[in-house]
Amino acid sequence: MIPFTYNRAAGIDEAIGTHGRFIAGGTNLIDLMKYGVENPDHLVDINRLPLADIEALPDGGLRIGALARNSDMANHAQLKQNYPVLAEAILAGASPQLRNLATAGGNLLQRTRCYYFYDAGFAQCNKRTPGSGCAALNGYNRIHAILGTSEHCIATHPSDMAVAMAALEAVVYVQGPQGKRRIPFSEFHRLPGATPQIDTNLNAGELITSIDLPPVAAPSRAYYLKVRDRRSYAFALVSVAAILQIDNGSIKQARIALGGVAHKPWRVPAAEHALTGKQPGEAAYKEAANLLLAGAHPHEHNAFKVEMAKRAVIRALTVAESRS
Amino acid sequence: MQKDLPLFEVTRRDFVGAVVGAAALVPETASAQSQQSSVTLKINRQSHTLNIEPRVTLLDALREYLQMTGTKKGCDHGQCGACTVLIDGRRVNSCLTFAIMHEGAEITTIEGLAQGDQLHAMQAAFLKQDGFQCGYCTSGQICSAVGLLNEGHKDLSDDDIRELMSGNICRCGAYPNIVTAVKSVYQQGGHA
Repeated sequence: MIPFTYNRAAGIDEAIGTHGRFIAGGTNLIDLMKYGVENPDHLVDINRLPLADIEALPDGGLRIGALARNSDMANHAQLKQNYPVLAEAILAGASPQLRNLATAGGNLLQRTRCYYFYDAGFAQCNKRTPGSGCAALNGYNRIHAILGTSEHCIATHPSDMAVAMAALEAVVYVQGPQGKRRIPFSEFHRLPGATPQIDTNLNAGELITSIDLPPVAAPSRAYYLKVRDRRSYAFALVSVAAILQIDNGSIKQARIALGGVAHKPWRVPAAEHALTGKQPGEAAYKEAANLLLAGAHPHEHNAFKVEMAKRAVIRALTVAESRS
Repeated sequence: MQKDLPLFEVTRRDFVGAVVGAAALVPETASAQSQQSSVTLKINRQSHTLNIEPRVTLLDALREYLQMTGTKKGCDHGQCGACTVLIDGRRVNSCLTFAIMHEGAEITTIEGLAQGDQLHAMQAAFLKQDGFQCGYCTSGQICSAVGLLNEGHKDLSDDDIRELMSGNICRCGAYPNIVTAVKSVYQQGGHA
């Protein structure tokens, strides 16, 4: 690992005013530093900032401090009660040890698990070395994206937590040299386009301070389905966060987000609208699944993901419907 | 200077250390940016002050600077769990965190679980249930299992225990007896 300098920020303003990479849980950043993929010259330790609380908001929502540990989120009574799909998603990710270190903000900023990005022995990776090409396009691309890809990058975002937050329409609050701002979840992560080295729409020096969950309007039924190569402690091939509101036998509102298929949690408003007013059941779910996967563009080894994602959507909605 | 050191007092670790230590401790890149910091770590109820670079992981601080080699280095990437220790009672991978980040925290390693000659209930259960074969993953398994107990889970099934222990890999495949050991302590409310 390349040597670096380090300081522990005592306050938010000090952290924002220091040039360097923020480190919180460090579980992804330190791993990438060991591989020489990330090589910061200075680390700003933000672990002592007062951003670890999870608190109820006056409107009935929930504010998750950026430094809340993943395990604290999954164990939080109100979070489990009102946003069970988020607790399920968090517990589907990583291991208990990692969840004890990993933070809410850091989870959003995870880098892709594309092997060509992670292994600096491969010369080509536009995300690691802009302009070098994409080794995954014509390489082994079984775990890669099928939606929203570009000719420059077919990486996926690895988070489970973010998929549930996308379906819940969370809002990310940030603070930077230019002040504070809020970023709707759908605009937080970006598609690779011609600049896949940029994962999010955060500006330089901006710090995530909290992720706010909007109040749950009505009783909803939800499920997080994760499909992976082994039963535990593996990244998703495909995952689905499904939330249904059913009223008098018809669907009042549906929210569906997919993981493991794109550079960001994948939502298609048309697929959700298509469910509104429909009778719950396989016919409606199949239509939504087809709309979600419309325009899918698989590569040599990941064509299976298209059908797998459709079936996962139908199953996630079916299980969600069965819950009360 | 000591002379006539009996051969049997040279442990395997001393020997390996003498052979590879010189090479291993040379920084990969000598740089003007390297910075030594004084860090005080509280490990197993004892304070230790180290002069280390920020890039020293908690795992390397334990093994290479404090000679506390009970905590093992397996993958060094958070995938195997051999390096599991407790920080403020919570289990974590010591390979994926820098020592300098944990000034003031209460760190517990496998060396700190027993009270004198009295083994921790989880250590005793691993012995009784034969929860290991080669033993390399065992200190991490035991620390992880102690962390699991601290988490206050209710009504755990065998499947729940397997899921909650999924951050610890055992290449020998001692899993059935590991689950039995963890379950026996869990069911006795933390006693062997």
